[in-house]
Amino acid sequence: MTAVSMKVNNKTVSGEVEGRTLLVDFIRTNLGLTGTHVGCDTSQCGACVVHIDGKAVKSCTTLAVACEGAEVTTIEGIAKNGKLHPMQQAFHEEHGLQCGYCTPGMIMSSIDIVKRNGKKVSEEVIRRELSGNICRCTGYHNIVAAVQSAAAKM
Amino acid sequence: MSDTGIGARVLRKEDNRFITGKGQYTDDINLKDQTFAYFVRSPHAHATIKSVNTAKAKKMPGVVDIFTCKEVEQDKIGGLICGWMIHSKDGSPMKAGPHPILASGKVRFVGDQVAVVIAETRAQAKSAAEAVVVSYGVLPHNVDAADAMKTKAQVHDAAPDNRVYNWSIGDQAATDAAFKSAAHVTKMDLINNRLIPNAMETRAAIGSYDTGSDHYTLYTTSQNPHVARLVISAFHGLAPEHKLRVIAPDVGGGFGSKIFIYGEEVVCVWASKRIGGRPVKWTADRSEAFLSDAHGRDHVTHAELAMDRAGKITALRVNTTAAMGAYLSTFSAAVPTYLYATLLSGQYNIPNIYAEVDAVYTNTAPVDAYRGAGRPEATYVIERIVETAARELKMDPAEFRRMNFITVFPHQTPVIFQYDAGDYGAALDKALEMSDYKNFASRKAESARHGKLRGVGFSAYIEACGIAPSAAVGSLGAGVGLWESAEVRVNAVGSVEVLTGSHSHGQGHETTFAQLVSDRLGVDINSVAIVHGDTDKVQMGMGTYGSRSGAVGMTAISKALDKIEAKARKIAAAVMEASVDDIDFKDGTFTVKGTDKKMAFGEVALASYTGHKINSSEIELGLKETSFHDPSNFVFPAGVHICEVEVDEDTGLTKIASYTAVDDFGTIINPMIVEGQVQGGVAQGIGQALIEGCHYDKESGQLLTGSYNDYNMPRAGNMPHIENFKLGFTFTKCPSNPLGMKGCGEAGAIAAPPAVINAITDALGIRDIAMPATPLTVWNAMQPMKRAAE
Repeated sequence: MTAVSMKVNNKTVSGEVEGRTLLVDFIRTNLGLTGTHVGCDTSQCGACVVHIDGKAVKSCTTLAVACEGAEVTTIEGIAKNGKLHPMQQAFHEEHGLQCGYCTPGMIMSSIDIVKRNGKKVSEEVIRRELSGNICRCTGYHNIVAAVQSAAAKM
Repeated sequence: MSDTGIGARVLRKEDNRFITGKGQYTDDINLKDQTFAYFVRSPHAHATIKSVNTAKAKKMPGVVDIFTCKEVEQDKIGGLICGWMIHSKDGSPMKAGPHPILASGKVRFVGDQVAVVIAETRAQAKSAAEAVVVSYGVLPHNVDAADAMKTKAQVHDAAPDNRVYNWSIGDQAATDAAFKSAAHVTKMDLINNRLIPNAMETRAAIGSYDTGSDHYTLYTTSQNPHVARLVISAFHGLAPEHKLRVIAPDVGGGFGSKIFIYGEEVVCVWASKRIGGRPVKWTADRSEAFLSDAHGRDHVTHAELAMDRAGKITALRVNTTAAMGAYLSTFSAAVPTYLYATLLSGQYNIPNIYAEVDAVYTNTAPVDAYRGAGRPEATYVIERIVETAARELKMDPAEFRRMNFITVFPHQTPVIFQYDAGDYGAALDKALEMSDYKNFASRKAESARHGKLRGVGFSAYIEACGIAPSAAVGSLGAGVGLWESAEVRVNAVGSVEVLTGSHSHGQGHETTFAQLVSDRLGVDINSVAIVHGDTDKVQMGMGTYGSRSGAVGMTAISKALDKIEAKARKIAAAVMEASVDDIDFKDGTFTVKGTDKKMAFGEVALASYTGHKINSSEIELGLKETSFHDPSNFVFPAGVHICEVEVDEDTGLTKIASYTAVDDFGTIINPMIVEGQVQGGVAQGIGQALIEGCHYDKESGQLLTGSYNDYNMPRAGNMPHIENFKLGFTFTKCPSNPLGMKGCGEAGAIAAPPAVINAITDALGIRDIAMPATPLTVWNAMQPMKRAAE
């Protein structure tokens, strides 16, 4: 077991993990933050996306020990002072979710897409950059609309 | 219409917990002292189990225990059941083999579960599972439906030639006679490709046995927790219903795959008692989901369509072989029979139909209902052959359809169903206009200038949903009734709790059901709570599938609301000292005709609980009513979808250039949610047509598409752009339920595959192409034309 310490949602946390412990398991099991989901075992579905030092990363493909000293943000950490992040608000307003399982990863990836591509990110770019996030419910239509809507407000 | 009532685009009440990471899915739940299960699965498609040696694995760190069929049999735990009995055309009952919760004697597909390891952590259970030594005697296997009746691989002794049943529907002699006098006959061989449902949340379960009260709890990813409880009680013999609580909390998508009762979930419940009452948790890896979830479709069909000189359809003859996989899953037997062949009339007036279906065992994962369940397969057959017939007759495919549409309702088809209402011409007109069909030629020319082949394809689908009248399905072999229950509890302060047997796993019931209550009782939508998914809270229910939660589930709520209103009128009359006949109820307020007396709904609720001004010997106190609604007919949503594709001549890549869906769902409670259902359904249909396909290797019997590396899921980039995906609605009221609702959950997945394939074959000028029409498949199909051109 190895001791690991990091900042998660602005709070310093630490724990004892095995070398093989994935970040997603540390977040879900050790920290009890179950908003980050696991949807596959090949790093493709994106349900587990969190931000590490401000960048979208698949936490199912990241070792917990590799995040020593990092700043991690999960879906639970993006609303500020009880106010939803514009991306959360847009997913709600555009009906960008149905079963909700892919939603946390979708929102975390989408925030990163807008950050990197700006307010006027095109539909083409959104669709291409969401290729690492799979949704089975919505057909992506309203997810794309939500990202565009949030981009204008971010 | 109020801003939260029927027809309003109300934003979803359930969203907040999902967008903030506070949803509670089964794997998010952890019970005190829980253990973790991992299943040892067969690496062979077909083999005898010679021995299972668990000695070494049992000594691995953290292992609590390991069980095989030996312990299952010791405890006399029953096998999994198929809940629908189909009889062959010779009258014999279907031939079903045993389906134990852990394989006994034989494994029948790659992934069949042989043993379960229970350990302190998931990683320990997984490591120990690898140390379980199973000795197999490999047997011949078969993974193809088309070969099942001629293979050496005998999957179950009970089913000679692997034939589960040979079923038929319709008048064979009359159909044959119609073909003899036909002016034109179109024939096609069609394959409906096998799909893997892939809800984003994999299946999971926590079984927990309480030694003190001799009571079990199962948390599970289920679309119908009450049916799970019933089956586990009545057939597995684990516990009577009052000793078993089943909770299906937030469920991350189902699409049919979470209707069924699977072995793993039953094992978790059983094993918890076996290990002394510690909870047993299991969460499927995605790889396990690919291997062990029930798959969908997998039909091989020959179809023939007869027409007279004018192009009027006179008969349809269909012969289908449907794969069942290695075991009969919960509703599998009904899918290629009563959910399939009964829809072969489509939207058309076809006087004669005869269909014959062979259901066959194969050495693959079981096949059962997947979004649409039989109806996509029927729609694919009818819409592909109608399109092809129109082309052969050199008629416009839209006009060929129109001249054959059913126009008089009710309409009795030759294959059981009586369509109650519809206006297929109206949907066609609207779809033609919205898709700008008249200018298709100019768009085709424009595409050609960019090296793209453009094609247009139609799909005029119909489905039967809102399943189903209980006596009718009982007479056809269903083991259960398909009614739905509702209980409406009005609290003393006037807030309302609705307990429903429907289960939401993405459909938005917490919003739409609350809209109905708000509309009827005039209460604020935020004063309504929808309770579902827990057998300790809701007495009984049949769950959500077959687009039934609106037409059946909401009708049950509506009927309970009728009773609430009737009783509230009596209470209002008593309190206001008036005759019940003089009480009016509107917008949440009771008034006495001709006076200024009035009471708000909440005041009446309070009065019903205080009892101060009610003679309780005449009016029972309290305000709570229940209803069990059994539908009188199926409901028949229908519509016309038009797809335009652009095929890249150099790469074979197909893009959906535009997609137009016009649907008649009857009354719509929340257009935003209904549009979402259509968008999602169409995405699954486009996935089936273009990229998705489950493949087993013929030689080894291994699942080749066992991960997202190999099974191509639709991504955002596969779908048409926002401005090119147009949705419209037409309206005919459904006469069989008071709300006039049909159903919208499956329409997209039913309609889209033939629309896409009709468009691709039109673009390429070919008769047929296999699904999925991947770039390779399309490129190969183009080569003969290119060679001919050179």
